[in-house]
Amino acid sequence: MTQGKASPDTGSGAARSTTQTSRLGWDRGALARRVTALPRPAKWALIGLFVVFLYALPLLEIPILSTPDTDFGAVLFTVASYVLVALGLNIVLGYAGLLDLGYVGFYAIGAYTVAVFGSLQAQLSWWVLIPLAVLLTTISGILLGAPTLRVRGDYLAIVTLGFGEIIRLTALNLEWLGAAKGITGVPRPPSVEMFEIPHLQWEGATAVIDLDDTTTFLVFGVADQAPYYWLMLTVIFIVLGADRMLRLSRIGRGWEATREDEDAAELMGVPTFKFKLLAFACGAFIGGLSGALFASRQGFINPESFLLILSILFVAAVVVGGAGNRYGVILGAIVVAYLPERFRGFEEWRLLVFGLALLLLANFRPQGLLPPRRAKRAQAVDEQLDALEEGTARA
Amino acid sequence: MPSTSVSEQPVARNGAALLSLDDVSIQFGGLKALDQVSFDVREGEILGLIGPNGAGKTTCFNVMTGVYQPTSGEVRFAGVPLGRRKRFAITRLGIARTFQNIRLFGNMTALENVLVGADAHHRTNVIDALIRSPRHRREEREGEETAREVMKFLGLDKRADELARNLSYGEQRRLEIARAMATKPKLLCLDEPAAGFNPAEKAQLMDLIRRIRDQRGLTVLLIEHDMSLVMGVSDRVAVLEFGRKIAEGTPAEVRNDPAVIAAYLGTEVDDLDDEEGVL
Repeated sequence: MTQGKASPDTGSGAARSTTQTSRLGWDRGALARRVTALPRPAKWALIGLFVVFLYALPLLEIPILSTPDTDFGAVLFTVASYVLVALGLNIVLGYAGLLDLGYVGFYAIGAYTVAVFGSLQAQLSWWVLIPLAVLLTTISGILLGAPTLRVRGDYLAIVTLGFGEIIRLTALNLEWLGAAKGITGVPRPPSVEMFEIPHLQWEGATAVIDLDDTTTFLVFGVADQAPYYWLMLTVIFIVLGADRMLRLSRIGRGWEATREDEDAAELMGVPTFKFKLLAFACGAFIGGLSGALFASRQGFINPESFLLILSILFVAAVVVGGAGNRYGVILGAIVVAYLPERFRGFEEWRLLVFGLALLLLANFRPQGLLPPRRAKRAQAVDEQLDALEEGTARA
Repeated sequence: MPSTSVSEQPVARNGAALLSLDDVSIQFGGLKALDQVSFDVREGEILGLIGPNGAGKTTCFNVMTGVYQPTSGEVRFAGVPLGRRKRFAITRLGIARTFQNIRLFGNMTALENVLVGADAHHRTNVIDALIRSPRHRREEREGEETAREVMKFLGLDKRADELARNLSYGEQRRLEIARAMATKPKLLCLDEPAAGFNPAEKAQLMDLIRRIRDQRGLTVLLIEHDMSLVMGVSDRVAVLEFGRKIAEGTPAEVRNDPAVIAAYLGTEVDDLDDEEGVL
């Protein structure tokens, strides 16, 4: 089984073997089709190039993409952390269909673990802090899920909404957790100084290598944020791979079946409660990881960093992108995180425009920018359904 | 055992009870949905469960599959009391069912629907899936083999990659049966599988139910409104009315049972007439 990042998302390895020849081949878009049609080495080369491009983004300083008013590396890091969070929430919301409105709670637990045990109460090593943060977040996910996943739909949304706020208010009110003044001196990832990488500088359409503006590989400092972005990007690739593995297994199918019809799934032998809890734990794991990395980049956190609005934005990222499609939610996260940064210049208009864009999206593309192939296929098939029905003998 | 309706190659029907309902009662508030119902489903037989609307047929299914707990009485499967077993655990024991209103996983492909059924006995966990362990790969391969084989048996192999909700009505009904069969049950419970079918489709379904028993060796419990179908395909028939069992026996016996005739005269006399004098 190929595991290329760019190969199309098939629901199961099983489905793939025949869908290639399926007469109702789904619409992957012309570009994607052309890429998949390429011979394997060429495909891998393309994917490789794209990956290199992603890593090089903060160095290229491409004029249109780069944010004029803020450090581009920092913006990229923010976008990447939204992407990671969206991937985690996608497991909960997109795959298992559980509306979690308190996802920021996990993000906060991850961040606070690193800050509290790395600076405020203890000085553990960064290498210990990250696994610890992930572990605590996952446990908190299970603790939250065990009682609440017995309720469905709206109730789950309300309970999780409360969870997110409780975490923030706890941090705000406990002196041990730094209270309102927050925690400073959060440990940064350990640096290894190896070599300097020059940035590009653009004069009109020509780029020159700017030897005065360099990023030191691999130093996690304050000024240059590119290394944090590289770290986050690497984590994203790992999570993407894991996401794909789970999706193409009994677990992914169980999640989907639970989302589609919980009772029927249970009666077909899916232990739905266990699987929902697992989805919650996976989501918490990824959310906590993202929060931990955020804290160790930021160096400083306080309860203000984990407002309810973040939960809403995370859900927006997943829904805007297309819940259930990992590439869709990546796109959604980019839209939600990058656009406001890019157009920071408009300042007071920023949120209005952003809200308007969301409104338009909800109206004209309710299934998301890049819906799961199922939704796309379903549309294509719906159009051909009449013709098909005539040719198909009903039994 | 009289088998006017059974196909030529009779399967061993030794009469041992596979599933037993023993004085099962279930009460919803003031309503007694089932009132001390007892009957056996014998290994290898096709048992029809009939009764007017609201007689408690689907409630019976729900008790057997763990959706409801009986208020009193006991359900035993292969001699083992179901007790408070979870629904998925009962499925793993070997009881599978379809639904009166089709309840497929609409946005999954037909094959994936059946794979979910096949997964009922799989043990792949997160670690297995992440590292593609031998167990994961074996279970994926076996699951797909099972699923494709069952779909072929039901004539759905050409539709494997369609979304379930895009299948025709008849195909959806059969896909439900395929999904249930993929869980490798001993007892297959079909809840009104012929609802909405025309006579030709009903005839095919009868044939299919017989094949499921004869070729796959499954015991079948069938809830159906269509008298000609039930009488035609069942070895024995149990009749419910107002949550009570009022008759049980071969189709011929049940057909002539005064209590059954009385029960049906009120509500579904038209239905019976339509079936060209089966009763």
